[in-house]
Amino acid sequence: MARFIVRRLIGMAIVMLVVSFLTFLIFFKIPGGDPADRLAGKYATPGQVAAVEREWGFDKPFWIQYGNMMEKTFTGDLISYTRQDKVVERIIDGAPRTFSLAIGAALIWLVLGVALGLFSALRAGALSDRFLTVLALIGISMPVFWLGALANYYLGYKAGLFPDGGYVPISEGGLWEWFKHMILPWSVLATLFVGVYSRVLRNQVLDTINDDYVRTARAKGISERRVMGRHVLRNSMIPIVTLWGLDFGYVLGGGAILTETVFDLQGVGDYFAESIGALDVPPVMAVVLFGAFFIVLLNGIVDIVYAALDPRIRLS
Amino acid sequence: MSTQPLLEVDHLKVDFRTDEGLVHAVDDVSFRLGQSEVLAVVGESGSGKSVTAMTLMGLTRSPNARFEGSARLRGQELITASDDELRKLRGKEIAMIFQDPMTSLNPVHRIGKQIVEQIQAHDDVSDAEARDRVVTLLDRVGIPRSRERIDSYPHEFSGGMRQRVMIAMALSCDPGVLIADEPTTALDVTIQAQILREMRDLRERTGTSIILVTHDLGVVADIADRIAVMYSGRIVETGTLDEIFYDPQHPYTWGLLGSIARIDRPRPHRLPSIPGQPPSLIDRPEGCHFRPRCRHEFEDCPKYPELEGRIGQAPGHDDRCWLPVEEKRDRRVVADGQIGLEAEGATA
Ligand SMILES: Nc1ncnc2c1ncn2[C@@H]1O[C@H](COP(=O)(O)OP(=O)(O)O)[C@@H](O)[C@H]1O
Ligand SMILES: [Mg+2]
Repeated sequence: MARFIVRRLIGMAIVMLVVSFLTFLIFFKIPGGDPADRLAGKYATPGQVAAVEREWGFDKPFWIQYGNMMEKTFTGDLISYTRQDKVVERIIDGAPRTFSLAIGAALIWLVLGVALGLFSALRAGALSDRFLTVLALIGISMPVFWLGALANYYLGYKAGLFPDGGYVPISEGGLWEWFKHMILPWSVLATLFVGVYSRVLRNQVLDTINDDYVRTARAKGISERRVMGRHVLRNSMIPIVTLWGLDFGYVLGGGAILTETVFDLQGVGDYFAESIGALDVPPVMAVVLFGAFFIVLLNGIVDIVYAALDPRIRLS
Repeated sequence: MSTQPLLEVDHLKVDFRTDEGLVHAVDDVSFRLGQSEVLAVVGESGSGKSVTAMTLMGLTRSPNARFEGSARLRGQELITASDDELRKLRGKEIAMIFQDPMTSLNPVHRIGKQIVEQIQAHDDVSDAEARDRVVTLLDRVGIPRSRERIDSYPHEFSGGMRQRVMIAMALSCDPGVLIADEPTTALDVTIQAQILREMRDLRERTGTSIILVTHDLGVVADIADRIAVMYSGRIVETGTLDEIFYDPQHPYTWGLLGSIARIDRPRPHRLPSIPGQPPSLIDRPEGCHFRPRCRHEFEDCPKYPELEGRIGQAPGHDDRCWLPVEEKRDRRVVADGQIGLEAEGATA
């Protein structure tokens, strides 16, 4: 276990290094991405631009620039090219918003996905199963920005049932205000995943239910509930838990960009989208590192949980 | 053998609705199982042995299945029993061992737990008591270091050891009837012999009645008291071990006997098998189902053959062949001093 963790930490460092390097390289090569031009302003003289270049270090070789940026990221001194504020502070401010969204939505899609998938499997072929299949397909194919905009407009703006977007920290508005602001984003983000998860679980259950050990379990004379819970569901959940960990890591790392944007949550994903649009390299680098960290972290946790759920798997 | 049958099966029929048509998996099966008797159910794969066995435990119940006839365990009807009544019998009165020990245990639970689960489903005992019982059971079926092995996972056992675990599980509540559905088919030959010895000892010690399902007549020679030969969903012949081996009445039985692989003789290059296609269970010939593959067909064969005594002096030796007894004895080929027969034309 200790060796596994050490190896994973090394792996994590490598992944973050590679990802950040590639990101930097891409932005370095993008035409029109020269930050000195923009920092110096629209009407700057070539001399002013050159001064900015020297001041910010844009005249240094590629490797030095990359090294400087990485160093500043970890010391917290990284400055945005456009707003010229501290990037790490923006991320620290956005993280609770992103985490609120990710944790709530992930719980909803796990619980609902499993519940609906199990229900569907137990009624496989029946009308209710087919209805849920159609519903899941609709959920899967519904674009988040469209669904989000609709929900925001009709349920938030028109009906006034929910606030139309924005985020209120618990420390400012209390638990209830925070919750009210999160309900729509959670539901919209979870919709896609509920569709996927309920399908995956349904098929897993239908597969597992024909396994020999389930027949053995029935032959033992234990209750049908126990057969379903301890034998069918227990085994069907293994791939779901794996999937969930990976998706959760992605959303936690700021991957739910559309949801964050539509509901104006101003989380890390929102910040990322804004920075990409402005070709603002420092925040892009920092958010990429932030995202990679959570994805790799959750990957490692998934491996540990997977081994705990299935004794045939060894951590190696 | 005691006089009171433990299990009485009468005119059992099982049909499955499928996309291809109605599958008549079990068709008019009747037999008796006495106290501490070993009944071997033998037949080619697809002849309805497993469906018969699983139906006794209600394991074939599904919306597509249709049942007729009756099966009574100590007088209690099984076919029409409620799911809950059946659940109480399963594992307690009737236990079952399945063919493939590699997949019959849940891979994510420790074997001890899986057996404890069965014990506690039926008997109100503490975890510690149940565990002690499991250790004793594991000892009894020949699993070494049972106190440690009880906490192993199935994948930490070999196939033979897993089948012993399955046997221990089946025995955990002292069932009156043990159904073993091809318990050794998936195992290699030496392990097969060990497992069969285990089962024989078991019957001696506990008096459990056993239904041993197999497609291999060779397996049953030193364990079975009675044999039921199944073909195309029907029992075509039943009798004691000696009756079936030394005075077989049905041409299908002759064929089966001819295809026994003998351990005491060199293995033939190709095991003689019964010529012709295994039957479809959807479209079946009228009368005797074996007709299309039988070389002794005559004008009576399209009549429905009851499973009944056709010999006279041997009560309990029943078959479904219309041929006159004398003719049967003339037509089959018995090699001297051997158990069983050689299939016609297959003698090398
Ligand atoms: N649930 C089911 N639905 C449809 N057909 C089935 C079902 N279970 C078994 N059968 C069919 O019944 C026949 C007998 O099967 P089985 O009893 O397993 O044969 P065996 O003698 O090899 O044990 C086979 O043709 C099988 O395909
Ligand atoms: Mg079978």
